Amino acid sequence: MEKFTTLHSRAIPLDIENIDTDQIIPARFLKATDREGFGDNVFRDWRFNKNGDLNEEFPLNDTTYMGSILVAGDNFGCGSSREHAAWAIADYGLKVVVSSFFADIFKGNALNNGILPIQVTPAYLKELFKHITTDPETIISVNLEDQTISIKDTDLSEKFDIDPYKKTCLINGYDDIDYLLSKKDAILAFEAKS
Amino acid sequence: MKKTLFDKVWDAHVVDAIENGPQVLYIDKHLIHEVTSPQAFNELKDRDIPVFRPNQIVATADHNTPTTNQHLPIQDTLSRHQLEQLSKNCTDNGITLFELGHKYNGIVHVMSPELGITQPGMTIVCGDSHTSTHGAFGTIAFGIGTSQVAQVFASQCLLLTKPKSLRVSVNGKLKNGVLPKDVILYIIAKLGTNAGTGYFCEYAGDVFQNMSMEGRMTVCNMSIEMGARGGMIAPDQTTFDYVEGREFAPKGEEFEKKVAYWKTLPTDDDAVFDKEYIFDAEDIEPMVTYGTNPGMGIKVTENIPTLNDASFEKSLKYMNFKKGESLINKPINFVFIGSCTNSRIEDFRVAAQYIKGKQKAPNVTAWLVPGSKLVETQIIEEGLKDIFTDAGFELRQPGCSACLAMNDDKIPQDEYCVSTSNRNFEGRQGQGARTILASPLVAAATAVEGKIIDITKHLN
Repeated sequence: MEKFTTLHSRAIPLDIENIDTDQIIPARFLKATDREGFGDNVFRDWRFNKNGDLNEEFPLNDTTYMGSILVAGDNFGCGSSREHAAWAIADYGLKVVVSSFFADIFKGNALNNGILPIQVTPAYLKELFKHITTDPETIISVNLEDQTISIKDTDLSEKFDIDPYKKTCLINGYDDIDYLLSKKDAILAFEAKS
Repeated sequence: MKKTLFDKVWDAHVVDAIENGPQVLYIDKHLIHEVTSPQAFNELKDRDIPVFRPNQIVATADHNTPTTNQHLPIQDTLSRHQLEQLSKNCTDNGITLFELGHKYNGIVHVMSPELGITQPGMTIVCGDSHTSTHGAFGTIAFGIGTSQVAQVFASQCLLLTKPKSLRVSVNGKLKNGVLPKDVILYIIAKLGTNAGTGYFCEYAGDVFQNMSMEGRMTVCNMSIEMGARGGMIAPDQTTFDYVEGREFAPKGEEFEKKVAYWKTLPTDDDAVFDKEYIFDAEDIEPMVTYGTNPGMGIKVTENIPTLNDASFEKSLKYMNFKKGESLINKPINFVFIGSCTNSRIEDFRVAAQYIKGKQKAPNVTAWLVPGSKLVETQIIEEGLKDIFTDAGFELRQPGCSACLAMNDDKIPQDEYCVSTSNRNFEGRQGQGARTILASPLVAAATAVEGKIIDITKHLN
């Protein structure tokens, strides 16, 4: 897994609530047996119109916006457990997703793929949307060590929570398999007594 | 300290804990299917890690299988490849697979309970969010991502932070025509789609105590739709009677010993939950959804709410519904009875009872998709297939089918589908398709009338 420490980037605003994993990657694209290439179809049915043309108004297609931070509405990633949603977001080149609320499974899947989900207060989310849409060149800074997100050239900064173990994993690029394998003796002992 | 059902099962599975971090939780049963497992097998192979406990894994093909002509080779190249990959991975690693055509093949959350693989007090995971279904047995069962599938392959364990506890109680007697599906749609409509996020839910009260195991599975299945990773119901005599005698259930003395343990699992009196909700059964009526998440539900007799909210308006625009309107008399051209929520024999009995002697409306395409080969066989043996066929319904072969439309079972653009599945997200049942979630009874009545009706007026 890729390491994550700090990121300074422009951001893409996706001011929609309850974005479910069927929108992030529709089921018809889940037939692949590897992890690569899902970025082509991220938000597929929002990025393209019914006739197959690019929907130029959709923020990911709107050339006004760019960057590796996605700022999204409340309750991001609800629905299916498909990790393909996290793979699609990573494959598209996004490193951070910001929302005022994340669904559990998506949050875990993101962290397991080196994507940092940052939960901010609804008020801060509003500020982010306001700044990005007013000035699309606004730089957002994320510091995982300090657990802070800030809007550059303003004093608008917020602390975010992250499980200390997952934080260590992200900073060092470790994943859970390494840790679990190191616990083999405890697992065997547990099995023996059950 | 007084413990909840969840505490008891969780605590019995903790192997180790990281200070100020997650716990190592032992997993009894790992269910896998073709869509979320191949990348996990690849990961293990790339890292040269063997599958640790293949005997505790059971596989089925369900998400991406056709529901007609299952005896023929699969036409779609990618789908065929995905199923071949599952077969190869299971063979290479010594994992039991109920592949397409096998007498035990079926939707993972229908197959495992009906074979007695799912048992009270277990921890069960699967790369599918509706794994919460198995909580109906008093198990801790939840959906996981593919990285976690790989972790369980490697160690039979997961690193998890213990969730908070939530109890939803429904007391009283359900009205005629109100099914378990209506109960859970009502709860989600009241609580919203993220009320359960970060929590594990227990359903309590006499409504659930008096419910069949199949009804309990329908309820627990949709726990994830209110954000809860899982939902559980305390095991009782109904549970034990259901499990007893099933193919992979413990037998004889071993069964009796298990039952004695299972009886210790229900939540202690005075145990405290982090959050509690209490509802009255009398308030629940047949439900339908009108929007693009499962929390957007109303009683069939109610009108769509009038809210001034951008997400709400976006939903209504997608559904082509207006604020304040009623769904009664809305013409419907597609009806789907199936999915891990409602594809068990009781669901088809309810539908058949209503349909018997009636005809499907000419405008309707009505698909009935059993949850498993065993359910399919039972439909035929009980004579329900004849009722369906005589009425113009199409009984297809088992699979996830139009619930997620990964295979060819797709609802066309802009069409409404009254569906017994669990998600009404945009495009869930096909690009541009519009899903209305409902019970098998409401779905059957819609197919007969060709429009949504006030089912409460059609019941004796």
